[in-house]
Amino acid sequence: MKMRKTTLGLATAIMAGTLMMGFEAAKAQDSIFVPLFTYRTGPFAGSGIPIADGMHDYLTMLNERDGGIGGVKIAIDECETGYDTKKGLECYDAVKPKNPVIINPWSTGITLPLIPKASVDKIPVLSMAYGLSASARGDIFPWVFNPPDTYWDGLGMILRYIGTQEGGLEKIKGKKIGYIYFDGGFGKEPIPLFEQLAKDFGFELKLYPVPPGEMQNQSSQWLAVRRDRPDYMVMYGWGAMNTTAVKEAAKVSYPMDKFISIWWPGEDDVRGTEGAKGFKTLNWHGIGTDYQALKDIQKFVVDKGLSKAPKDKVGELLYNRGVYNSLLIAEGIATAQKLTGKKVVDGADVRRGLESLNIDEARLKAIGLAGFTGTLQLSCNNHNGHRPSFVQQWDGAKWVKISDLIEPMPDKVKPALDAAAQDYAEKNAGWPKRTEACDKPS
Amino acid sequence: MFYRETGQFKTNYADDMALLPILQDRIGLGIILFVAYVIIPFFGNDFLLSTVMIPFLVFSLAAIGLNILTGFTGLISLGTGAFMGVGAYACYKLSSVFPDLNILLCIVFSGVFSALIGVLFGLPSLRIKGFYLAVATLAAQFFLQWCFVRIPWLYNYNVSGAIEVSQRSIFGVVVTGAKAAPESRYIVMLVLVTLMTWVAANVLSGRIGRAFMAVRDMDIAAELMGIDLLKTKLLAFAFSSFYAGVAGAAMMFIWVGGGEANDSFNINQSFLILFMVIIGGLGSLLGAFLGAAFISSLPTILKFGLPALGIPLAGATAEHLTYILVGGLILFFLVVEPHGLARLWQIGKQKLRMWPFPY
Amino acid sequence: MDILFKILIDPFLQMGSAPDLLVQTIWEGFVTGVLYALIALGFVLIFKASGVFNFAQGIMVVFAGLTLVGLYEMGLPAPIALIVTLLVMYLLAVTIERVVLRPLVNQPDIILFMATFGITYFLIGLGEFIFGGNPKQMISEQLYLPKGSLEFKMLGGFVQLQKIDIAAAVIAMIMIIALALFFQYTRIGRALRAVADSHKAALSVGISLNQIWVIVWFAAGIVALVTGIMWGARSDVSFGLQVIALKALPVLILGGFTSVPGAIIGGLIIGIGEKLGEFYWGPLVGGGIESWLAYCIALFFLLFRPQGLFGDKIIERI
Repeated sequence: MKMRKTTLGLATAIMAGTLMMGFEAAKAQDSIFVPLFTYRTGPFAGSGIPIADGMHDYLTMLNERDGGIGGVKIAIDECETGYDTKKGLECYDAVKPKNPVIINPWSTGITLPLIPKASVDKIPVLSMAYGLSASARGDIFPWVFNPPDTYWDGLGMILRYIGTQEGGLEKIKGKKIGYIYFDGGFGKEPIPLFEQLAKDFGFELKLYPVPPGEMQNQSSQWLAVRRDRPDYMVMYGWGAMNTTAVKEAAKVSYPMDKFISIWWPGEDDVRGTEGAKGFKTLNWHGIGTDYQALKDIQKFVVDKGLSKAPKDKVGELLYNRGVYNSLLIAEGIATAQKLTGKKVVDGADVRRGLESLNIDEARLKAIGLAGFTGTLQLSCNNHNGHRPSFVQQWDGAKWVKISDLIEPMPDKVKPALDAAAQDYAEKNAGWPKRTEACDKPS
Repeated sequence: MFYRETGQFKTNYADDMALLPILQDRIGLGIILFVAYVIIPFFGNDFLLSTVMIPFLVFSLAAIGLNILTGFTGLISLGTGAFMGVGAYACYKLSSVFPDLNILLCIVFSGVFSALIGVLFGLPSLRIKGFYLAVATLAAQFFLQWCFVRIPWLYNYNVSGAIEVSQRSIFGVVVTGAKAAPESRYIVMLVLVTLMTWVAANVLSGRIGRAFMAVRDMDIAAELMGIDLLKTKLLAFAFSSFYAGVAGAAMMFIWVGGGEANDSFNINQSFLILFMVIIGGLGSLLGAFLGAAFISSLPTILKFGLPALGIPLAGATAEHLTYILVGGLILFFLVVEPHGLARLWQIGKQKLRMWPFPY
Repeated sequence: MDILFKILIDPFLQMGSAPDLLVQTIWEGFVTGVLYALIALGFVLIFKASGVFNFAQGIMVVFAGLTLVGLYEMGLPAPIALIVTLLVMYLLAVTIERVVLRPLVNQPDIILFMATFGITYFLIGLGEFIFGGNPKQMISEQLYLPKGSLEFKMLGGFVQLQKIDIAAAVIAMIMIIALALFFQYTRIGRALRAVADSHKAALSVGISLNQIWVIVWFAAGIVALVTGIMWGARSDVSFGLQVIALKALPVLILGGFTSVPGAIIGGLIIGIGEKLGEFYWGPLVGGGIESWLAYCIALFFLLFRPQGLFGDKIIERI
């Protein structure tokens, strides 16, 4: 009898919750709503947590220090996706009625179904350095942005770096380059370009896929590396895959200074492995708290207890990556406010703002991030920027910048990007032609 | 008192063998259909339709499929996720090869491909029984998942490796792609589920359904009675995989709208559908719906409903609390009624017959 | 013809041409197999005594590992943290027995399997709530687990054995021998086997089912802790480890659900077979076949022996 009553009570409560959720009103329009899709749970939480903290803290700092952007407070709401596409879509549907001005999916898997929705729902998608590489073409993807580099640019830069190590790109001919990657979306994306470049430059490409369920079990892949002895190893991984790859590479005594990864591994991925010294990755922004804005984050957010990040994690690689993402959001909103003259901007305005983004040295200095990162200008057709990055190396305790800025390979990447964008538009019958006006022709 | 069937006499065999012989049952189904077709699309908001109802319908279809196999025929299958994936990719190939074919037909035809693959991986069931059969279906699950990534022909050689869903319309109303309104997608899904449930209900209450149940209860006796075990078990796999394939195609085309299929059709999905079937009630169509509601809709409702009720929860904490609550509720319901939610409903109906008397 | 050559002849040529790599691959397979066997052991213990397939074993491994590291980070010295973790696993066993097993006595196996899924969800939420989602480093040094590797120059090249792997193999062997002796020669072990045979008969001779179940779940908890330590030392302790537990399924299928030696033999066969297959035959189809090869190996054995190598023969009564 008691059980049935409690069951009935439970069912009523759930009904009430559903109904209330079903008829929620939109947020009051005196703030700008920025939802943050995070993954603090699940197998990728190790990478997701510092990024979420960085994103949250920069925007909170703007609220605390400046009272928001242009005097309007930013309403931040975290929605947990666990790197799962279905949960990501749930979060998207949940935040849509609240008039978000921008969406940061932080997962290529979630970005892909959102790309067609962005232009219909009028909410720009910012897939910073991930997502669909072809979305760099702003004329075909007016609502999707992926600065500062695509995965293909990253590949070009890594190969150029290898060229500098060998004494010139022509010297790569005849070498063996191994590619260990996450066997899904973003890991597989560069492969056609990689194979094309292997033909063009005359090197041998060996592929080592890591299935998503086997991320922490990579001994076969690295045994194969030991057998094949490639001259260089390139890695595109995320989450636990990076940590295990570094451990296994150290185990088979692969020379770490020949192991270069795309820009995702953070300190936590390499700290636990002694033999990780020498491991290299790409990067495009600074590390540490030696910038005015980072110091302001410490003063206004961390010290006031408004941050979820442990004090020693502030300033680490992935935390600053999150800060960079929020930097783009903030600049997009600020540019939108300037362009439209409105204080409380909406999604369509922020799209225009992102498209006219102009972060130059003066602006970086004004916001307290002088020297943090390079300049970035986007335009109607160029939603990426294709900015140069540098290579950094793990010295056992921290990341050290060891190269100058390396330009991507636009002559190789541009035709591939154009072809991929055209292909996407053709295959998806009914892909809308761009109707949005261009504020700043490229 | 409400549920008494006194006074309802059957005068011919057809009436006696009807699926819903009692008038109250028919009224109840009518009310449910009315609510589903009229009330919810008109009064529900977008979130309710696209995040609660459409996934519920997709998963109930898959759960019906698995219930046919595990609940009615007694063959445990852990490959449902992969069979859903086969349906999704088959639909993608069909829709790209026949761009003018009605998308509903594509979705239904893709079930056929899924059924064929299901039969192939169901062959070991003739030799292996019980939980050991689960490993054959697990092999199917992981092998097919590997195929989705490794065979570029499946995703039309596109760079992202993802299924791309183009805009399709039925009778002029857009139903797939970004422009599709949640109401249209919901109605399409509802029609699909209604039709397929009707088919399943009829099949399961007929000769084939009884053959399935005979194989589940004691297959040696069934064989002695003249039921061909080979044909029956393979038919069960085919039928079940058909439903799973249609559910997968619907999931990719009507619900998610494209994307990487690898992470949507993995082993977790298979386990989730198995759990929907178990907690809903094995061997009951209603159980498939109840289980799908419990496992797929409840976490969503909790995650977004608890903050809506005023409890201040941040994103990740809501997620943790959802897991704890769902786990606790599963244990609670299992202790209260181990045979699943459908059995709870049956007991409820019995009480309704007796009401206001206790027994 | 070319394909036949590639499948049937070439891999063996490769094996012969680089015998040190062959030995290395077999060693890696051996180590992985031992680790799978450790996970499978937890399943076998619970299945043997209560007929329940414990879906929650994977999350128990993660939970035990996280508790240990979490307690250490809170300031407890390693040996104390170890003892407190064992205490926590004991409390978990008692709670599960009270809340889950006792009300569900005599229910069909599939319902109990479902209940363990409920436990899994619950522990995932609880674990993430208490410890957070970050992966943690296992405290290998404080537990006196060796680091570094041994290198043997042999067969034209070299074979590298990680000391932690050797330690894992040794510890697993000790556990298995201890458990086998426990089941065979102690009173409680015999009581466990009696319960596995028939609950009713065991009850009728006066064996307390509840106590046995607590002991068995606690034993599985200890195995989970050891597994968590070993796996955690090799990679790190995070919720991604939970999926590795699925790998124990082909081991169980191969070895039989109720056999402790079956778990280790099955584990070795699966581990070595998987690594050899991936290394020599994988490149033919583009690699990444490790995810399903284990199940195919298990399936292959099942077709000849449907109850697994050491499992109880399924006798059907009409």
